[in-house]
Amino acid sequence: MNAPLLDLKQCTICFGGLTAVSAFDLQIGRSDLIGLIGPNGAGKTTVFNVVTGVYRPTGGTISFENAPIAGLKPSAIARRGIARTFQNIRLFATLSVFDNVRAGFNLRLRHGLAHALWRMRAFYREENEVARQVDGLLDIFDLGKFRDSLCSSLSYGDQRRLEIVRALATRPKLLLLDEPAAGMNPREKEKLMELIRFVKEKFQIAVLLVEHDMKVVMGICQRIAVLDYGIKIAEGTPAEVRANSKVIEAYLGEEAKKT
Amino acid sequence: MKYRHIKKWVLLGAVILSAIGSHFSGGMNSYYLQIIIFIGINVTLAVSLNLINGYTGQFSLGHAGFMAIGAYVSAYLSTEHSAALFKALGTNFFSITLLFIAVLIAGGIAASIAGLIVGVPSLRLKGDYLAIVTLGFGEIIRVLIQNTDAVGGPRGYSGIAGYTTLFWTYSVAALTIYIVVSLIDSTYGRGFLTVRDDEVAAEAVGINTTRYKVTAFVLGAFFAGVAGGLYAHSTTYINPSGFDFQRSIEIVIMVILGGMGSTAGVAFAAILLTLLLEYLRFVAGYEWLPDLVRRIAANRVIIYSLVLIALMLLRPQGLFGRLPRRGIPIGSASKRAKLPANA
Repeated sequence: MNAPLLDLKQCTICFGGLTAVSAFDLQIGRSDLIGLIGPNGAGKTTVFNVVTGVYRPTGGTISFENAPIAGLKPSAIARRGIARTFQNIRLFATLSVFDNVRAGFNLRLRHGLAHALWRMRAFYREENEVARQVDGLLDIFDLGKFRDSLCSSLSYGDQRRLEIVRALATRPKLLLLDEPAAGMNPREKEKLMELIRFVKEKFQIAVLLVEHDMKVVMGICQRIAVLDYGIKIAEGTPAEVRANSKVIEAYLGEEAKKT
Repeated sequence: MKYRHIKKWVLLGAVILSAIGSHFSGGMNSYYLQIIIFIGINVTLAVSLNLINGYTGQFSLGHAGFMAIGAYVSAYLSTEHSAALFKALGTNFFSITLLFIAVLIAGGIAASIAGLIVGVPSLRLKGDYLAIVTLGFGEIIRVLIQNTDAVGGPRGYSGIAGYTTLFWTYSVAALTIYIVVSLIDSTYGRGFLTVRDDEVAAEAVGINTTRYKVTAFVLGAFFAGVAGGLYAHSTTYINPSGFDFQRSIEIVIMVILGGMGSTAGVAFAAILLTLLLEYLRFVAGYEWLPDLVRRIAANRVIIYSLVLIALMLLRPQGLFGRLPRRGIPIGSASKRAKLPANA
């Protein structure tokens, strides 16, 4: 088997006396679509924050493409190829849709401060190339028509989509989606599932999905890990997880058996 | 494509205009000339502070401190260390120009080093806390100068050559505006705005927020230092109390009045506020006005408060507001590439 893209080994995070996540193991391969579920407060978002460098793990190792990334700054981790979205949408509120996506290109700029001031031909070439790629991305996701509008004027679903586009602009190898279906109606959820599948195929990336909506998670994930009080209680295919008695007790409830 | 270099041309035009203005300023009433020069200096100060406070969203209250460093360093160098240069080149237009550029840049660099020193540790702080630290920093600078005998201590530093002309003042103002505008109007420069809007999200898309913040502080401090140098060589006498907390507040008010994150608005507000404060000197002198009005007019702090209260009630986003920024690709203002996606 190939080395996994992301490898969490015995990952532990404590906040003072509280152990938010303990001895968490997770491997994600290059083209996996993995779900991470669990009750509220189980530590799912904490896992995201550790992987993306917002928190430093108290114990254990995290490696991405065989290199340790624990302790790096979030921006450095993003440069390595991990992008994320947020549970509560975090767009750049005063910037246009175009500029929000453009921000995702910042990390690959070859020309920095001096070029922005001196403005020689190479600068314009790069700026135009960025603009072309941003427009390309916006068009793929049907956001081109909002290009110059303020991102805060977009509808909720469009803002979610824009956040994913912005993450993709960094050309990640791994995309972390934090509850993308929250607040969506069934029709939007259908579209979201399609979108996630599409993104995964089109951009050839791995996806780690935190989600409460079982229909979405069971529908698209190849593998699911279940967290409860910071401990992984199960991992397997959707069918295995659904049948797991621990998972039913902690999270899914008896109802899940019937459906 | 046609308008690609428009910013550079505007910059060049502004520099030429200020040279022409400077040439004909000889016969001008020296009081008016002084005010026009102060306007240019204040535009530089406000626009550079706007890079820190408006675009990057870091609330700095220490701009007068950076200005003081630039003023004192450049004044000290041009007064105490110019003899050798004049000996070598003779005292002529060329040697004076060379000296003045050198001391202005030296003042700017000294201020930006201070910006770096105050920037790096302060960046762990946000909002009010950062404001307090920068405020304290500005006061530390003032007290340090007050206790440095080499530059006159509390008596102030006099005998500075009056090198500052309209040309230098407005060239620097134009250059500052050019730099801030070009910077913000680039993919790199939009990073400053993302830091202001959401630091966590900015980091998540790979933007090194620390670096952007330090860059904003260093650049902003540099131009504050240059403005300080211009100020010192304009008044020919500087005093530590001229760079106190009130001076910082004055610049902050220009930024808030103009609209945080609007270079045009901030420049406009700098002009407006400088003129207003000068006019109030006359108001304070009008015998026919009630005593209370004259006293209020004579007190800047009251005027600042009134301006701010009026602003918060009538136009909280500042005179020029924060217009939605439109993402027009730079260099090709009109055409939008509709190419097949291959990102």
